[in-house]
Amino acid sequence: MALLETRNVTKQFGGLTAVDSMDFVLEQGSVCSIIGPNGAGKTTFFNTLTGIYRPEKGYIHFSSHSLVGRRPDQITSLGIARTFQNIRLFGSLTVVENILVGMHPRLKQDPVSILFRSRKFRSEEEQAYQQARELMDFVGLSGFGDELAQNLPYGAQRRVEIARALASSPRLLLLDEPTAGMNPAETSAAIALFRRIRDERGVTILLIEHDMHVVMEISERITVMDYGKKIAEGVPDEIRTNNLVIEAYLGRGAASELLNLG
Amino acid sequence: MKTRWNSLLASLGSLRTRLSIGKAPYILTISLIVVSTLWVFIDPRNLIAFLLFLTSAWLVYSLPMKRSVKIILALLIALVIVPVLGVRNIFYLEVIFQISVFAALALGLNIVVGFAGLLNLGYVAFYAVGAYLWAFFGSQQPFLLNAIPGTAAPNVNFFLPGDMFFLFLLLGMILAAVVGVLLGLPVLRVRGDYLAIVTLGFGEVIRVLANNLDKPLNLTNGPQGITPIQRPTLATWLQDGLNIILTPLVGHPASEGEFYNLFFYMMALLVIVLVIFMVTRLDDSKIGRAWAAIREDELAAASMGIPVVKLKLAAFAVGASFAGVMGVLFAASRTFVSPESFNFMQSIGVLSMVILGGLGSIPGVILGAGVVVILNLQVLQALSLWLSALRQSDAVIPIINFAWRNLSNQLDPAKYQRMLFGLILIIMMIYRQEGLIPARRRKREKGKDLTGNENGEQAPAAEVKNGAA
Repeated sequence: MALLETRNVTKQFGGLTAVDSMDFVLEQGSVCSIIGPNGAGKTTFFNTLTGIYRPEKGYIHFSSHSLVGRRPDQITSLGIARTFQNIRLFGSLTVVENILVGMHPRLKQDPVSILFRSRKFRSEEEQAYQQARELMDFVGLSGFGDELAQNLPYGAQRRVEIARALASSPRLLLLDEPTAGMNPAETSAAIALFRRIRDERGVTILLIEHDMHVVMEISERITVMDYGKKIAEGVPDEIRTNNLVIEAYLGRGAASELLNLG
Repeated sequence: MKTRWNSLLASLGSLRTRLSIGKAPYILTISLIVVSTLWVFIDPRNLIAFLLFLTSAWLVYSLPMKRSVKIILALLIALVIVPVLGVRNIFYLEVIFQISVFAALALGLNIVVGFAGLLNLGYVAFYAVGAYLWAFFGSQQPFLLNAIPGTAAPNVNFFLPGDMFFLFLLLGMILAAVVGVLLGLPVLRVRGDYLAIVTLGFGEVIRVLANNLDKPLNLTNGPQGITPIQRPTLATWLQDGLNIILTPLVGHPASEGEFYNLFFYMMALLVIVLVIFMVTRLDDSKIGRAWAAIREDELAAASMGIPVVKLKLAAFAVGASFAGVMGVLFAASRTFVSPESFNFMQSIGVLSMVILGGLGSIPGVILGAGVVVILNLQVLQALSLWLSALRQSDAVIPIINFAWRNLSNQLDPAKYQRMLFGLILIIMMIYRQEGLIPARRRKREKGKDLTGNENGEQAPAAEVKNGAA
């Protein structure tokens, strides 16, 4: 069953069509990637999915809800969480607090119970802290909870961002270049983490990635974008040998040379 | 220069550690309270004695002591020593009342600016809304709607009984919150600098409205302002009872005016306690975390499922409501309001208290209010008095041979309020952006400590580390 389906989604900025008639289907429980050269419209596509941009045309369905016209926070409440290309943690908050912010839509505190510290409030907060600790264990950050997010090393910040996204108990996790700037050891740890997110927590994953090693290793299906359009789609082996894809990345001349050599 | 500054900080830090060991903080604080109280009592006009007294109150907060001892000392100072000294020299009560009013305003603004990160330069407008609400209903103004401003007939009854004041504290709070939301709805679409400019405009709009709403219907009595405004009646048995205690302590029975000053001081204190209670609890909940998230990164906050507009409106409304209460209190305590009390300088003044004390830091903001009010009301005044005394003497500045009496009146320090705010803002931005007492995040990965005891004992160690770094 398709968890996410977009039809003919188009997003324009003035004369530039950043996302052009994207048709895209994502199956429940899969791990898929979107790749493409810089400026292909991948992040813009993510931003239309999460409600940061409103597409001019087309529709987006997520498990029988239409997403077009909803605000980012409403879309998150429906079960889509994301991370950002440039890490966007709440730097002056601690790691635990960052994760608790991710739980915001799930917590049912009202002003009265907050002011009077009702039993319900306290038990919910305790549970929230408990879940935050579990999430920190899950992404391998046990014991860092009281550090300010901005003081953590880069790789750890990426993991905080993933924990924060998972805190909303999403059904779909959108990762925007999650391994950018990581060394090979960190990258393979990240790949293992993504697998566990899918296998242990049942979260469907869609990622934008430039590291072909990561893409080929983890993706069940790959979608390739160039100039806002979907130019190819398929399993990793199909994409690896697709002429259009190689052209998009290397340019027409280089691609034909490469194919001739091959 | 930089290293000398650092070594000074480091030595201050080590002094702090030495004062934090064992019984030292108790002895120091209590003896300072006793000495300064006696000094102020004997010499009520001495500024240094009064500053020393305020410092002792500060030590109660800042030195590490048992929580119970701190609470007892704080109650003793707030409920016994200040009233007695205040009746002894009514000016101190005025200073402390102003500190409490501005501390409540600064705490409210701190929610908007410090927690949610929305720069509001027209905050004093909400204060005006509360003040004019009680000024209108608590005076004869409703009967004078068609009167020409400034020619009010003296023999008109008051519209409402004075005791309605207590109800209007609540109404002022609600009305200011509603105005906050109404302002917020269109305004919160803009961010950062633009928000600051729009709120600045709003603050001026309210002041100009107050200035001009004397026609077609005379609602505000224009630039003359509204007076007299009623105060609630104080029970005579309460006054007599208090006088039995106060007379031997102070040397004379307190007058009715002094009782009102005491009353409004206590009301301001009560509001502050309520405000602190609400602010700390809101801060430590999903609402406070959401405000911090919006302040740090609005887009990321929205992507985490936080309804940004709703929470910004909440911040505006809560901040405004505190100003509304204080406005009602202000109108009653002064028995007079006029548009001039709510000019732009007041907004800047409150903002500089928040920035001086530390954005987002509750004790910091209160300290900021104290420092700014004292600088304004006492230090600048004292300098003015000193200069005018010099001007009347035959003294001459030695080397340049300049007679003090030729000094221009323009150089009166009491007129330097604006320069003072400006200097505070500039110096803080350069040397200590996080304020006198920076806001700290709670450290409790291991779960929540709901007893309210937030590792106050470890605070000095952290301070020393910062000082030495």
